[in-house]
Amino acid sequence: MPETDAQGLTAKDYKTDVHPVWCPGCGDFGVLTCIYRMLATKQVPPENLVVVAGIGCSGRLSGYVNSYGFHTIHGRVLPVATGIKTANSNLEVIAVGGDGDAYSIGAGHIPHAARRNIDVCYIVMDNEVYGLTKGQSSATAPQGLAAGTTPYGQLDEPLNPVAMAIAYDIGFVARGFSAKPKELTDLIVQGVEHKGFALIEVLSPCTTFHDTYKPISQRIRFLGPEHDPTDRVKAFQLSLERETIPIGVIYKRERSAFHERSEELQKQAIGKRGKATVEEVLSQFQ
Amino acid sequence: MKMDMVFRIGGEGGEGVISCGEILTLACARMGLEIYTFRSYPAEIKGGPAMFQVRASTEFLLSQGSEIDVLICFNQEAYDRHAKDLRRDGQGVLVYDSSSTKPEEGLNVILYGIPVSEMAKLELRNYLTKNILFLGILSKLFGVDFSILEKIISQRFGKKGEAILNLNYQALKQGYQSVEKNLTKRDGFHLEPQKSENRLVLTGNQAFALGAVQAGMRFYAGYPITPATDIMELLARELPRFGGTVVQAEDEIAAVGMVLGAAFSGVKAMTASSGPGIDLMTEFLGLASMAEIPCVIVDCQRAGPSTGMPTKTEQSDLRHAIHAGHGDVPRIVMALSSVEDAFYGAIRAFNYAVRCQMPVIVLSDQYLAQRNATVRKPDLTKVAVEEIRKPSEFELEQYKRFRMTESGVSPMTVPGMKGGAFPATGIEHDEAGELSYEPDNHSQMMAKRWRKMNLILQGPDLFRRYGPLEADIGIVGWGSSEGVIREAVAQANAKGYRVAAFHPKIVHPLPVELGDFIRSVKTVIVPELNYTGQFAKEIRARYLTDVIQLNKVTGLPFTPNEILKKVEEVSETCLKQTHKV
Repeated sequence: MPETDAQGLTAKDYKTDVHPVWCPGCGDFGVLTCIYRMLATKQVPPENLVVVAGIGCSGRLSGYVNSYGFHTIHGRVLPVATGIKTANSNLEVIAVGGDGDAYSIGAGHIPHAARRNIDVCYIVMDNEVYGLTKGQSSATAPQGLAAGTTPYGQLDEPLNPVAMAIAYDIGFVARGFSAKPKELTDLIVQGVEHKGFALIEVLSPCTTFHDTYKPISQRIRFLGPEHDPTDRVKAFQLSLERETIPIGVIYKRERSAFHERSEELQKQAIGKRGKATVEEVLSQFQ
Repeated sequence: MKMDMVFRIGGEGGEGVISCGEILTLACARMGLEIYTFRSYPAEIKGGPAMFQVRASTEFLLSQGSEIDVLICFNQEAYDRHAKDLRRDGQGVLVYDSSSTKPEEGLNVILYGIPVSEMAKLELRNYLTKNILFLGILSKLFGVDFSILEKIISQRFGKKGEAILNLNYQALKQGYQSVEKNLTKRDGFHLEPQKSENRLVLTGNQAFALGAVQAGMRFYAGYPITPATDIMELLARELPRFGGTVVQAEDEIAAVGMVLGAAFSGVKAMTASSGPGIDLMTEFLGLASMAEIPCVIVDCQRAGPSTGMPTKTEQSDLRHAIHAGHGDVPRIVMALSSVEDAFYGAIRAFNYAVRCQMPVIVLSDQYLAQRNATVRKPDLTKVAVEEIRKPSEFELEQYKRFRMTESGVSPMTVPGMKGGAFPATGIEHDEAGELSYEPDNHSQMMAKRWRKMNLILQGPDLFRRYGPLEADIGIVGWGSSEGVIREAVAQANAKGYRVAAFHPKIVHPLPVELGDFIRSVKTVIVPELNYTGQFAKEIRARYLTDVIQLNKVTGLPFTPNEILKKVEEVSETCLKQTHKV
């Protein structure tokens, strides 16, 4: 956490004047509210905050937070967030996007953000469809879902983002539900506080094209203290559960973040060979 | 005494041809000679033909030369491949491994055959000593300083243990002695050490990497690709000691994305790649233009299309560099023209990027990226480095990141600056960065972003001009062929042709002075290493005037002779026809 002279900021202070483009009842409203609350809880100075967003309904979120924002291109939230955090590790960097962004076009970046353990909290708003292009099925859509580009039903099996995240050994893996703001705020606070890469899979239904509020509400169960998130095997078992949808912190592992290792590498290189000047490096080529 | 000689070493990949050339290069440079090299090697680690050309001279060099003075053949295949380029006026020298190579009869060249393979196998019991044996032979034959060679060998092999080091010392000595014992010198080539100070031996890639560091670049992200990887390798070794970071990204998309993130945070950032990697970066390039993020992207071109010939040179990414991406994307495209220009070009690239707040693509190529040349040690006090235009306190009140200005450049904040928060976005936006699809806003914003290009339209930094002030034939090349063209221009003028050359350092937008040059000559030749004449098309489109193309796609650079031949041909045909009219 950067040091702050901003005191007494409320959730409202993080709101911009721009009204979200989302449809009434969209799960993303809930996620945005939880982000505002997390920011107020943590008193993040707006000038030290960067919200990096992808493309899609959820991608517009960076414009709704009173802070520096970077609305990137489809699927490339994590590389941009990596560059920002590495260039200035004092910044609080939050990445947001949808399931198309995270699990389809940008899925290749997730294992590498995990390997580096970039100190970024990635909030994925998963509604199982492409909302902004009017409701085509996505990588997390259930098999058989009839939608715009799959009129006879989705042929592919859905991806399991939480199992994938644990397999990649992401240091903080959680699942939340946009309709449970108290618990979700708490998860986002923990994800931001986690030193390293955090992925929060948020079930955030699309009321217009694929309304899943009811079935999700019926199947969720909150994880209690009996679950030990540091046990990777148990976490993996939990991620494969089908009857209920576990909500909470599913997996956790602490280790150094990328910018810390990078700064340590600089210190070691300087310790070993001294601070460099261009003059000196040029003279190696004499 | 003036001396200018071209060595070419040919053999098989993995036989030590490239390291033989590198050691010869360094030895000549340390003797105080000017050097200019060219290498061509297979994409495979072992096998396939490898070649290294070293031109050494007492005078400043502009090209790798046209004809070979001394050809060194490691095997028969190298002889078959390169003998045609050896001068046949009786002065040319062939140094060959007589245990594997049989030259044709009646060649009119001076032959020095030595059973190098046999010596390596039987006397030294290590086939890999072949290249050092050849160095010993060259030392005795042409005066390559023996003790300098010994020193370079100790620097290169010292880490591998005493046994290996001694083996190589022995090979060097045995090569030297084999000439003493068995050959009588019959050629006229001899290298004399020269007095010289403050000179470096750098490749284009090394020079660019160090220029970028001098410009203040402290963040590099990249993905390995031939022939750009040396930039990343050098930076990975040195940038941490400047407090900078090198990230090996998962692909080129991620690499350029990280660069944009770092640049948005106020750190000078760059990536380098080759054609296939640049293809992948295209979408992010559009975002960089739209969100007005200063950054530098290097394209070390190689022969395309697709995987093409990864280790061979070409200038065929020009139109891609200028036009790639959907929508009308403003960006600057530079072309590096020499190893020395690579150092200063890197600094200019960052200056243009921060001045215009847009991406700068820098075109290099395999020929330039991987060749060594002697360059004067840069005077770092004379290099101006520009920084991004940050807002004043007054401007921070009611700050608007994309405020309309006369130049198009708006003061830029970076995260951490209080009162400067804004949303960067690839979506069309208003002055504050908020989404706007209003018709007037889009046309005004398009004009604002393109207006910034006017900041680099003219000036002495943007081009070089060679030859007489009044000329009949103008040569307009670009990128790494500058030296070759310059040498050809000098040769042509010496022969009585009136030829001048204009060499732009920025190929997009085109410098205003290029139009004046084109109008000042009767006809224009555009030599470029691509099939379709990409630069010729740009010139025709821009100036509505036809030009004569000279295209070559062999994976090899131009030689001065090839340009000269074209000048003679054009002079014969076009100019005479013009006179008739």
